[in-house]
Amino acid sequence: MRDVAIIGIGQTKVGEHWDTGLRHLALEAVQAAVKDAGVDHIDALYVGNMLSGELAGQEHLGALVADFSGMRGVEAFKVEAACASGAAALRLGYVAVAGSMADVVLVVGVEKMTDQMGPQATSALAMAADADYEAAQGLSFVTINALLMRRYMYEYGYKKEDFAPFTINAHANAMHNPYAMFHQRVDVKAYVNARMIADPINLMDSSPVADGAAAVVLAPSDWARRLGRKGARIIGSAVATDTVAVHDRHDPLVLEGAAISSYKAYEQADIGPEEIDFFELHDAFSIMAALSLEAAGFAQRGGGLRLALDGEIGIHGRLPVATMGGLKARGHPVGATGIYQAVEAVQQLRDQASENQVPNARIGMIQNIGGSGATVITHILERIE
Amino acid sequence: MSVARNWRLQQQRYRLVGEVCDRCGVAIFPPRDVCPECEAPARTPFTFSGRGEVYSYSTIYHPPAGFEEAVPYTVALVRLEEGPLVTAQLTDVRAEEVEIGMPVEMVTRRLQAEGAEGVIGYGYKFRPPVRQSS
Repeated sequence: MRDVAIIGIGQTKVGEHWDTGLRHLALEAVQAAVKDAGVDHIDALYVGNMLSGELAGQEHLGALVADFSGMRGVEAFKVEAACASGAAALRLGYVAVAGSMADVVLVVGVEKMTDQMGPQATSALAMAADADYEAAQGLSFVTINALLMRRYMYEYGYKKEDFAPFTINAHANAMHNPYAMFHQRVDVKAYVNARMIADPINLMDSSPVADGAAAVVLAPSDWARRLGRKGARIIGSAVATDTVAVHDRHDPLVLEGAAISSYKAYEQADIGPEEIDFFELHDAFSIMAALSLEAAGFAQRGGGLRLALDGEIGIHGRLPVATMGGLKARGHPVGATGIYQAVEAVQQLRDQASENQVPNARIGMIQNIGGSGATVITHILERIE
Repeated sequence: MSVARNWRLQQQRYRLVGEVCDRCGVAIFPPRDVCPECEAPARTPFTFSGRGEVYSYSTIYHPPAGFEEAVPYTVALVRLEEGPLVTAQLTDVRAEEVEIGMPVEMVTRRLQAEGAEGVIGYGYKFRPPVRQSS
């Protein structure tokens, strides 16, 4: 198996791109990544996307993006795993390069969500849940997370405002990320007073519906070294699954898929959680941030929130998370999110994160969660010196 | 939801019919034909009592398409007395009265209507108990 590196990154600003369609969002990220990598050809293109069929009436994204990116003829197709679609495409690219089936692979995550708003977007996102036994009861995706958050507060005795540090940290970090959707600070008062969506989840617990695209170029690590490319090696890559429906889990407050995925990745990288310098976690909702910190071994059961309350998650804390704004403040264009996480981790490992630079960042972990924990994809990246 | 899909799920929607594992005896809902605990075939039908208690709950203010007329409505994870959790709406109760641990029972109610001439989908919801427990 070959050692794999990310040798190029590209991203669009996350936001409401009224004047840009899906194919041009993808093109912008693709061109930026290819230019950054300095490659003159690619062997394959994998597209991470969840909702193009439902929200844009467009499937068949592999061929579409390849064609409109000037790569007609290349191997290309779309990969879908709900909100983890981006990381699933990255995983596929990793497998192709590691297994010597391709030398240079372009992976792009793209999502165009704002052409549809309100109930249509809410219904589309609920497709990540069990259609017959969750969505059919009128549950939105937010509600499923609200059920988890309520139970978490009940079992561990936390108050609503105890979740505020995740949101405050994400918004503070997004201030210095020009690609982030939001550039405004949030305080506890703004957090507590935000509009309720599905009690106890309010607008400030929730990542926003957004458009965006991000891309990475993968190649064997020895190529990257020979060409003198700065970047990051992928030293862990692991996918795990759990039940799609929350009601089918033994304990809904334990993300077993996230635990399996994290520990497989640690084993491949031959490290433990204590050696991770920063963690781009899947903070689609503040409760997901808490649960993933616990599943990945950074906190005991019920202690994920404590880590945030104790000030450990800031750029200069023990475990910086959402260092460029996370899903909450960078924005969550669902199928693109896993690739944004990879792009941001590479920025950190190349010392290109400006005011958000994690000091001496050597190893970063990124984790993309599909649904309420049914698909969890973890990658661990190491700086190429 | 299509007519065929409603029809296919009627035993679950109207009567809460799941399965029981022949090997380890665990009660299963929704049915999946393979035991999630011991992976043995599990095709023996089992009708749940419909009694349980609220494990968690939430009130929805921003609904998915098709549920706009019901807003605000309260949904819950209900722990059935036979073991499984079920996701369902609560009914006949005010949102502020709901609490974790509250006993509830299954009742058949309208879940969704597809316009004036479309299919009306019925299914289970849960309410505070009014039936005498047997």
